[in-house]
Amino acid sequence: MSADLETASQPQGLRRVAIDPVSRVEGHGKVTLLLDENNRVQQARLHIVEFRGFEKFIEGRPYWEVPVMVQRLCGICPVSHHLAACKALDLVVGATPTPSADKIRRLMHYGQVMQSNALHFFHLSSPDLLFGFDSDLNQRNIVGVAQAHPDIAKKGVLLRKFGQEVIRATAGKRVHGTGSVPGGMNKHVSFEDRALLRRDVAQMIEWAQDAVNIAKQLHAQNPALYDSFGSVPANMLSLVRADGALDLFDGVLRARDAAGHIILDGASDQSYLDLIEEEVKPWTYMKFPYLRSLGPQLGWYRVGPLARIQNCDFIPTPLAEVQRREFLAWGRGQPIHAPLAYHWARMIEVLHSMEVIAELLDDPDILAGELMASGPRRREGIGVIEAPRGTLIHHYAVGDDDLVTMCNLIVATTHNNQAMNTAVRSVARQYMDGREITEGLLNHIEVAIRAYDPCLSCATHALGQMPLDVTLVGPQGELLDRVVRSQRGELRRALGASGGAPP
Amino acid sequence: MTTPAPLPPLQAPRKLKLATVSLAGCFGCHMSFLDIDERLFELIEHIEFDRSPLTDIKQVGVCDIGLIEGGLCNAENVLVLREFRAHCKTLVAVGACAITGGLPAQRNHMDIGAILTDVYCTRQGLSASCRIPDDPELPLPLNQVHPIHEVVHVDYFLPGCPPSANAFWTFLNDLMAGRTPHLGHGLMHYD
Ligand code: SF4
Repeated sequence: MSADLETASQPQGLRRVAIDPVSRVEGHGKVTLLLDENNRVQQARLHIVEFRGFEKFIEGRPYWEVPVMVQRLCGICPVSHHLAACKALDLVVGATPTPSADKIRRLMHYGQVMQSNALHFFHLSSPDLLFGFDSDLNQRNIVGVAQAHPDIAKKGVLLRKFGQEVIRATAGKRVHGTGSVPGGMNKHVSFEDRALLRRDVAQMIEWAQDAVNIAKQLHAQNPALYDSFGSVPANMLSLVRADGALDLFDGVLRARDAAGHIILDGASDQSYLDLIEEEVKPWTYMKFPYLRSLGPQLGWYRVGPLARIQNCDFIPTPLAEVQRREFLAWGRGQPIHAPLAYHWARMIEVLHSMEVIAELLDDPDILAGELMASGPRRREGIGVIEAPRGTLIHHYAVGDDDLVTMCNLIVATTHNNQAMNTAVRSVARQYMDGREITEGLLNHIEVAIRAYDPCLSCATHALGQMPLDVTLVGPQGELLDRVVRSQRGELRRALGASGGAPP
Repeated sequence: MTTPAPLPPLQAPRKLKLATVSLAGCFGCHMSFLDIDERLFELIEHIEFDRSPLTDIKQVGVCDIGLIEGGLCNAENVLVLREFRAHCKTLVAVGACAITGGLPAQRNHMDIGAILTDVYCTRQGLSASCRIPDDPELPLPLNQVHPIHEVVHVDYFLPGCPPSANAFWTFLNDLMAGRTPHLGHGLMHYD
C-alpha cells in the first residue's frame, strides 16, 4: 500500500469506486478510490471537477464592478467575496473606511457567518450526526431531520433566516446584494430593519446556545468516534485581531503548528505572497497552498472554525468565550485535530456572531454618519477576511484607466484542500480497507469532507483538461461546439458556438 | 392465502417529485430557494426531493419537476443535463446562468489554452513544478459556456440572479396546483 494513498504505485488493474457527486456540500466535487482485488485501498482522492475562470475574466473589467461580480463565485457566502473585494479595492481608491461603513460591513459579515454556519450544520451535516453515518439514505437529509427532530430543524432554519435578514438589511438583498462599494457603503441600515432585527436578538442568542449544546453533546455521547474520526494533525492558519482576539472581519495572519506552538504571528495580510505558495496536482482543478517557510510536505494547514477557535487567544464576547474555554478543555491541553470538532467550533462561532450582531445593532453609527472615504489612488490592493469556511484572499491590480489588470484569489476551501484529502484517506484507511464497500461506508468519506464544509463552488475558479474530444449537440442534432485535445496536450477548438462546418 | 394490502385511498394526493442540480452555477439559486425559510416545512408536505445537493441521491429518478441551476461549462454538465431532461416531466431553467450562461459565460471571448497557462503555470505564487491538470477523472471543459436551452428543451425559465424566494414559492405553488406559472410584477426581475 502506498504510504499516503495519494497515488497508487501500480494503478493498473485496480477497481475504481467513485462518489460522484459529493452531496450535501456546496459545489461540484467527487471522490475516487482505487481498490485491489482484496479491497485494500490503494488510492483515495478528492477531485474538484469544474472550472469557471473568474480570475481571468475579471481582468479587463472596471474595478467598481468587481464586488458584485465576485459574489457569483459562491452563493452560500457571497458576502465574504463582496467584502474581501471591497477591502482590497479600498486600498486602490486610497480609502480608510469610515466608522459607519466599517460597522455596517462587519454587521453584514457576521450575518453571513451566522447564516452559512447554520446552513452547514443544520441543513447539510446534521443528518449524519443525528441519524448515523450509515443510516437510511432516504432519511439522511434536512427533510428527514424536519420529520424526526422538528425542533432542531426549525431552529436551524430560523437561525439561518436571521443571518440572511441581517444581510438583506445591510446589502439590500439576501443573495448577491450591492451594499458595499470600493471606499465604503452605499446605504445605512434603516430604522425599520434595525427594529425588526432587534426584536429577535434574544431568541437567536438562546438558540445559538442550544446549537453549541447540540454539537457538544454529540461529542460527549461518543467521544471515541468524534475524537478519532478522520483525525490528522495539521498546522492551523487564520486572521486574529492585533491583540490576539478572534476577529472574522479583519486582522493579522497567525499560524500554529500541530502541537499548538505559534509559528507565524502578526503578519500583515498584504504579505500573503511571501508567506504562501501554491502547488498544482494533475488530478484536481483545486490548488494546494502551503507555508513557503515549511514547504509543501510540512507546510500545509487547515483553516476555518477549528483553526480559528484554537488560533486566537480569546473570543471578545462573553458567552462564546465561555464556550471556547470548554472546547479547549476537551483537548486537555492538546490541540484538537478531529474534523468532527469543526461542527462544535462552528456553532461557537454562530453564538459569537450573534453576540457581535447584537452589539452592532445597538450602535448608532449603523443608522447615520459618513459612508464613503477616498484618498490617494494606488495600483494594487489585497483584501483578506475570515469567510465562514476560513481565510479568503482577494488580490487585484488596477490600471490608470480603472480596469482590473490582475486578479488572484485564494479561497477558504483551497486552503483546506490538503487537509480534506488527508481526512478522506484517513477515513478510507480506517473504514474501507479490506471491506466490502457499501453506500453507508462511502458516506463516511463524505462525512469527513462535510466537516470542512467545503465550498467546492468557490474553488472552481481554475481550469483543466483531459485527453478527450467533446462535442456539444443541440436538440435538432446540430453541432454547437467541439473541443479536441491534441496528443501534445494543446486544446483546439474545432468549431465555434455559432455553428458551421468542422474544419 | 394472504389478504392483499389495502389500496391507498384514491383521493390521497401523491407527493410531487422534485430534483435539483447545480451545473456551472454558484449555488446562489439553491440558497434563494432555501430562503423560503420556514415555508420549507409546508413545501415538504407536498413534494419529495429526489437527486439534489440537499440529499444523497446521486442519480436522478423519474421526477415531476427538475430545477436546473447553472449553464454548461464542461462535458459532465451536458451529461447530467440530458439525464435530467430524460427523467423530469417539467424542466425549469433557474437563474441567469442556466438561462444565458450568466457570469461564467464571460470567459467565452477568451482562449481556453491561454487561461489554463495563466492560472496554472505563469501567475505569481505558484511552485516551480506547476503544470496544467490533465487527469482523466477531470471532465473536459467546453470551449464556451452555454445556456441549457441550446442543448435540451426547457419548459420554463425562472429569471433572476438569483430568482427571489417568493418567485420560487409562487412558481412551485402554481405548478403544484396545475396552473401555468405566472410571476408578474415584482417577482420577475433579472438581478
Ligand atoms: S443565476 Fe446568479 S445566483 Fe443563480 S447560480 Fe448563477 S450566479 Fe448564482
